Amino acid sequence: MAEATTIEGDQVDERGGQPGEKRPRHSIGSLLRSTEIDGRFLGMVVALLVVWVGFHFMSGGTFLTARNLWNLSVQTSAVAIMATGMVMIIVSRNIDLSVGSMLATLGMAMALLQAEIIPKWLGFDHWATWLIALLAGIVLGALLGGFQGFVVAYAGVPSFIVTLGGLLAWRGVAWWMASGRTIAPMDSTFQLLGGGSRGRIGGTASWLVGIVACIGFVAALIFGRRRRQKFGFRLRPRWAEITIGTIGCAVVLGAVGVINSYYMPESLARQYATQHGIEWPEGGLRISLGIANPVLIAIGVALVVTFIATRLSFGRYIFAIGGNPEAAELAGIKTRWTIVKSFALMGMLVAVAAAVQIARLNAAVSGLGQTTELYVIAAAVIGGTSLTGGIGTVPGAVLGALVMQSLQSGMVLMGVDAPLQDIVVGVVLVAAVAVDSLYLRRMQT
Amino acid sequence: MTQETTDRVPLVEMRDIRVAFGGVHAVDGVTVDLFPGEVVALVGGNGAGKTTLIKTLSGAHRADSGEIFIDGEQVNIYTPRDAKALGVETLYQTLALADNVDAPANMFLGREIKTRWGTLNDTAMEDATRKVMGRLNPTFVNFKSPVNSLSGGQRQSVAIARAVHFNARILIMDEPSAALGPAETAQVAKLIMQLKSEGIGIFLISHDIHDVFDQADRIAVMLQGKLVGTVRKNDVTMDEVLAMIIIGKLPTEVTESELEDLRG
Repeated sequence: MAEATTIEGDQVDERGGQPGEKRPRHSIGSLLRSTEIDGRFLGMVVALLVVWVGFHFMSGGTFLTARNLWNLSVQTSAVAIMATGMVMIIVSRNIDLSVGSMLATLGMAMALLQAEIIPKWLGFDHWATWLIALLAGIVLGALLGGFQGFVVAYAGVPSFIVTLGGLLAWRGVAWWMASGRTIAPMDSTFQLLGGGSRGRIGGTASWLVGIVACIGFVAALIFGRRRRQKFGFRLRPRWAEITIGTIGCAVVLGAVGVINSYYMPESLARQYATQHGIEWPEGGLRISLGIANPVLIAIGVALVVTFIATRLSFGRYIFAIGGNPEAAELAGIKTRWTIVKSFALMGMLVAVAAAVQIARLNAAVSGLGQTTELYVIAAAVIGGTSLTGGIGTVPGAVLGALVMQSLQSGMVLMGVDAPLQDIVVGVVLVAAVAVDSLYLRRMQT
Repeated sequence: MTQETTDRVPLVEMRDIRVAFGGVHAVDGVTVDLFPGEVVALVGGNGAGKTTLIKTLSGAHRADSGEIFIDGEQVNIYTPRDAKALGVETLYQTLALADNVDAPANMFLGREIKTRWGTLNDTAMEDATRKVMGRLNPTFVNFKSPVNSLSGGQRQSVAIARAVHFNARILIMDEPSAALGPAETAQVAKLIMQLKSEGIGIFLISHDIHDVFDQADRIAVMLQGKLVGTVRKNDVTMDEVLAMIIIGKLPTEVTESELEDLRG
């Protein structure tokens, strides 16, 4: 045994005690523990709320408004989508520096497809154009990502180097694909992926999404409890389950409520009224925009990747490789193939993010996504992903993306100069990781 | 306890195994065998090649040459998966645990129990782990924490549980008691006896000559990559085995004065 930490544990063992047993702590701590909520995640939520409230006061009450939060949700989605995949990459002790450049390559590919190639045989604005372009982009993303993963896993080149090469090469490819031209406009259906005034689902559907999410959440709690009951395992106290369920539903419905209280700007609402033959009422027409499509996509992606990370053996292998690559190999895991798959997944997520970006811009340029890789990595790391591997969560990374975006948009609202914005984001990144590693060290002793 | 080994087909036979690292012959033409229900101890000083030899059987390392027979049939073991498919389970000296995941995840790593939808069935895996642990180490209670928060003894229990849970026919134990206190060491010894009585063949690597004499039926001694010889425990004394380990001479070759020197 090489680990020095095990010695004390053994002594406890010999005295007949049970080192695994939890020492009694203060009541709040034990209350939290019986709800089995991750302390780091809770800390991040609190940090986010502090950032929000802080900006709200410093920006003269403009931050916590429906409009700003709606915009914040849309702006966060692309980075959040990619951060979920970056968690898997970093957990397996790798890194992907190429996501920004790959975003440009894949965005350019999808733009060229729908603006120049597909119209040649289907005509403009064919109903299937958006789907073909999106699926082709995702497949291409899997191939490009998988290729990088292949070089990492089978040629043994460190992922830092492979994706550093990718960072340069894919940027060049993106330029070369259209000789540096801007490709526009996007297919009219494809544009809906990016949000904007049309790319959202409306108030009623948003409430429906919220309610479905609540039902799903409660069902998951009940289902999990039943399964544990079946095997006779220790259960969370009933009050804890009910509290978690209530808080979860309240957060979801509250978020939908906030989003839905952002109404169409007057000019759009007037347009809507004339189109639908509604008479313009005295106090103006209040039509909820509802959840934006990119936000729905990001939520969907986060759910899918969380499922992959926690419920599938592929996800378990990623974590095992990050914890101890040799042990994973000895356990009979195909570690190399698992790494290839993780990079392919990353590529697919980059394609989804690229689709959102070019749809929102309604154009693709070869400079798309410059320095995005840094924000994606920062989001994952602020979200508690450890660069030494083995530790990280998808919801954490989404929160991390939200923190990063909140900082930026808050400083914009306050009118902070761009250079100072960069300084603040940089300092926050380092401080967040410092606090987190302090917390982790305290938990281990 | 000891078997008549002449007319039976060995469970495992490793013939003329060679492994070289660069120019160094870590294992140089070693031949050993193992019968069902038998414990063969592999002993030797540091760097004698015991672990390397055994890695060729567990699939962790490919032999440069040599043949492996299981039940008299030649097999190819290239990866740990191949070994496990043949019923060879290994308890590594390093334990080979993924420190960041919990005990059930480690126990079933690479062989997860799935639900009918193909997702991980964590509750079933936890249940199975609780059952195995109830037998091996009833004080074990941490089924939800990452194994790096466990004590050395508990981590060892997880590694042992993994090695014995999957109906191994051949068990390789590399220093199974290295991290353990006296009580747990006794527990491992008891476990070895129990597995033996179930007809499992065990290769035991150990530095502790007393453990070896307590548990092994035969003792294979290695020195500098070569096999000095394999002897029956009942035919030799501890001093004679020490002579094999240190000066590489068989009990028939060693002189009384050399044994005196070793004792001195």
